[in-house]
Amino acid sequence: MLAQFLQFLFSGVTIGATYALAALGFSIIYNASGVINFAQGEFIMLGGMSAVFLIGAGIPLPLAILLAVAIAGLAGLLVEKLAIEPAKNAEVVTLIIITIGASLFIRGLVQVFLGKGTHALPPFSGDTPIALLGATILPQSLWVIGVTVVVVIALGWFFGRTLLGKAMLATSHNKLAANLVGINTRMILLLSFGLAAALGAIGGIIVAPITYTSYDAGVLLGLKGFVAAVLGGLGSGVGAIVGGLVLGIAEAMTAGYISSAYKDAMPFVLILLVLFFLPRGLFGAKLTERV
Amino acid sequence: MNKRTFITLVVAAVTAVSFGASAQTNEPIKIGSVLSVTGPAAFLGDPELKTLQLYVERINAQGGVLGRKLELIQYDDGGDANKANNFTKRLLESDKVDLIIGGTTTGSTMAMAPLVDKAGVPFISLAGGVVIIEPVKKWVFKTPHTDRMAAEKVFADMKKRGITKVALLSETSGFGQSGRKETQAVASKYGIEIIADETYGPKDTDVTAQLTKIKNTPGVQAVFIFGLGQGPAIVSKNYAQLGIKLPQYQSHGVASDEYLKLAGGSAEGVRLPSPALLVANVLQANDAQKTIVVGYDKAYKDRYKEDPSTFGGYALDALMLAVDAIKRAGSGDREKVRAALEQTKGYVGTTGTFNMSPTDHMGLDLTAFRMLEVKNGNWAFVQ
Repeated sequence: MLAQFLQFLFSGVTIGATYALAALGFSIIYNASGVINFAQGEFIMLGGMSAVFLIGAGIPLPLAILLAVAIAGLAGLLVEKLAIEPAKNAEVVTLIIITIGASLFIRGLVQVFLGKGTHALPPFSGDTPIALLGATILPQSLWVIGVTVVVVIALGWFFGRTLLGKAMLATSHNKLAANLVGINTRMILLLSFGLAAALGAIGGIIVAPITYTSYDAGVLLGLKGFVAAVLGGLGSGVGAIVGGLVLGIAEAMTAGYISSAYKDAMPFVLILLVLFFLPRGLFGAKLTERV
Repeated sequence: MNKRTFITLVVAAVTAVSFGASAQTNEPIKIGSVLSVTGPAAFLGDPELKTLQLYVERINAQGGVLGRKLELIQYDDGGDANKANNFTKRLLESDKVDLIIGGTTTGSTMAMAPLVDKAGVPFISLAGGVVIIEPVKKWVFKTPHTDRMAAEKVFADMKKRGITKVALLSETSGFGQSGRKETQAVASKYGIEIIADETYGPKDTDVTAQLTKIKNTPGVQAVFIFGLGQGPAIVSKNYAQLGIKLPQYQSHGVASDEYLKLAGGSAEGVRLPSPALLVANVLQANDAQKTIVVGYDKAYKDRYKEDPSTFGGYALDALMLAVDAIKRAGSGDREKVRAALEQTKGYVGTTGTFNMSPTDHMGLDLTAFRMLEVKNGNWAFVQ
């Protein structure tokens, strides 16, 4: 009984951690610009696909990972520079639509140049499952969870302790005021895209040995990441992590205890419940409108 | 218009008509095709089109059929049944084709079938669904195996091993759900009971929850997975992770080397029904299908520098069955070709040996599938 529960939990936490990383990317860009970046899933895919092809080209795994993150980060900067910045005076909705266009464009490029096949990345430290109280977990799952934790801590330090991070936070709280105290908000926006893309790519790479990757792998991950971000409260870092984990665990438990047929309905049930009772998400900022 | 131009026109017209009549026998035989070359079913339609193009060229280079060249008129429906319907109208009304090959998916085929039936043009579908040939439609044929045959082949093998209680894990895609339905329908015929019935999404990245449930269902003797693409590879991986020791069966949907590559060591011991093409090089030399399968494998690789798939094989069989029927009919006459198609006996293709009849417009039996097992990272025959 416990073994079964643990197995579902492991499965949920592994998937949840990937959702959480995707959700963090959404939150960072949302904070800097108020835009929901629908190309986030594509950054995740780009990380995984780049790593696969770099390894295929004979580059050792650690270097391939670094390069893949750099490629995705660069893609993020380019999306901002070439697509978002020229439309900087447009409304948020327009910008969101632009990100959808960017995502189609990236997916199309990868499809044409890297093909439509599904690819696997070799696991970082073997394929032998680790047994724990009757349940099993793959070493790669530990990598996923571990890297997510490291990323979260690093982000916490970045936003709490560095000048640049604080500038980003300030921009998210009040763009005009941030501008007035001398923060280059345009640069912040550019950086936020690069950071979100690099984060997404890390997620895409560490899950690729478990979930495989293909040119269209980003669609679903992006969608689930978005749901996780809304669930936790858009713009909240803690919210993104909690939202991702809640979503992953809820899916696994539904598949395990109720029926796998209802598993995919779970995210939408959750999001409806949250929007009914906590419209700002679990950890969303309390908004006070001044009348 | 002056009188002179009028006369010239009349003369020209008359000449054209009489020429047309005398040149009738040397006109090309028009083969129309509607395939899903782009869109979600592109992995099926793309090799199908490449195969048709390659073999139409080869046949023409050898002088064509009955001294007439073949002309391929091709449209891409992008996986959309509505478009398949429109393009079929165009093939029938403006291109006036003699025969149609296509309908990559069951959806497209069913959208095309009523039109060809009404127009009276022989039509060979490349889609798997049983509905295409049941009930039999006068003008509609198909070359691929059905999912029901895959399920039967698997159950026959289970029966041999004395397995009677199985768990079914199917994908929520069209392929998986049709497979699930057919599997449930034929299980009792083989004395097999499905005691666990789970599903997973085609893009799911983890199925350990479903597998844990199956593992904890008392009495399960084997697991049958019905899916396509990357999902089944993830299932195999999770299966190994959970240390499930029960025999694992997959469907013909993963009969490709990509599955071996993705699932890696976790595919060891997995059994599945597969067409002969996948194991072209390990077939016995005296195997009836050896020549055609190896020939196709080589021709396709030489031309496109990639491995042929069983889907391209369906298209090859459709084209060659049509050529065979036209030869036996002695003309491109639609009714005669249709009758000849229906009388196809013992025709050896890449998919299997075709024996059509007025009640069977596919003509394949279970021998068309080979039972394979993954051994040492490669395919091996199950004796």
